[in-house]
Amino acid sequence: MIDTNMFQLVCFYAFAAVTVVAALGVITLRNTVHAVLSLVLTFFSTACIWLLAEAEFLAIALIVVYVGAVMVLFLFVVMMLDIKQEHVREGFIKYLPVGIIVALVMLGEMLALIGVRAMHQTVMGADPATAAGMSNTAWLGTALYTQFLLPFEVAALILTVGVVAAVVLTLRQRTGVRHQQASQQVRVNPRDRVRVVKMAAEVAAAPQPAPGKETTP
Amino acid sequence: MITLSHFIVLGAVLFCIALASLFINRKNVIVLLMSIELMLLAVNINFVAFSRFLGDVAGQVFVFFILTVAAAETAIGLAILVLLFRNRSTINVAEIDSMKG
Repeated sequence: MIDTNMFQLVCFYAFAAVTVVAALGVITLRNTVHAVLSLVLTFFSTACIWLLAEAEFLAIALIVVYVGAVMVLFLFVVMMLDIKQEHVREGFIKYLPVGIIVALVMLGEMLALIGVRAMHQTVMGADPATAAGMSNTAWLGTALYTQFLLPFEVAALILTVGVVAAVVLTLRQRTGVRHQQASQQVRVNPRDRVRVVKMAAEVAAAPQPAPGKETTP
Repeated sequence: MITLSHFIVLGAVLFCIALASLFINRKNVIVLLMSIELMLLAVNINFVAFSRFLGDVAGQVFVFFILTVAAAETAIGLAILVLLFRNRSTINVAEIDSMKG
C-alpha cells in the first residue's frame, strides 16, 4: 500500500526536476528550435505540478494556451527567421560566470528572505474548491463572473488589442504586385460588365478562311 | 506531504534560471522573450500555490489574467521581432543601435 502523501511528494519532486532541467535547457541549448521545444516541456511539467496543487482549470489552460498557441507562435517565428547561430551565441562564455553568480546570489537572498523554514510548516490542507462544494473550474468561474467581471472584460479587450496590434505591425503593402480589391469586387454591377447587343440577322457573315490553308502549330 | 515551501522554492529556482538567461543570452531576442515567459511562469507557480494553501480564489484569478496579458505581450513582441528582422536582417541586440546618440 503506497502512502498517498508520499506518492504526491515523489510526483512533485519528479515534475519539479523535469521543470528545472528543461528550464536550464531553454537557456543553454545552442539551437533555438530545441530551446523552444524545451520550453514546451517546462510548461507541460509545470501544468502537472499545478494539477498536484488541484488547480485543474489553470493547468489545462496552460497547456491549451501556452503549449497549443504561444509556443507554436514562437516556433513559427524561429523557423521563419533565418538566424545565424554563431553571431547570437557570442558572449555566452563571457557572461556565463556573471549570470550564474547573480542568479545564485538572488536565489540565496530570496530563500533567506521569504522564510522557507516557516512555510515548511504549512502543509496542504483540504481543497478550498471541494470545501466550497464545487469543482475547481466552477470555483474559479464563480469568482471570475461575479467578483472579477470588469477585469475579465478588460482582459478580453487586451487580447483584442493584441490581435489588432500584431496584424497591423506585420502587415506589409508591397508595391508593384497585383492583388484583389474586395470592396471594388463587391461593388461591381453586372450591367457594367456584360453588354447585350442586338444585331440584325440578315447581315452576311464574313467569309471563312479555307480549311486547307490552316496551319497547325 | 507537499508543503508551501516546495512550491515557493521551485518558483524561486525557475525565476533565477530566467534571470541568468538575461545575462548569458543577451544577443538573442527570441531567447530573451522566452526567459520572460519563464519568469512569468515562476510567478504563476507562486500564485497558484498561495491560492491553494490560503484557500483564496483571487490567486488563481490573477494567474488567469497573467496568462492573458502574457499571451498578448508575446504576440506583439514576436510581431515587433518579425518587423525588426525584415528591416534590419538581424536580431542581434548589439547591432540594433541606430537610435544611439
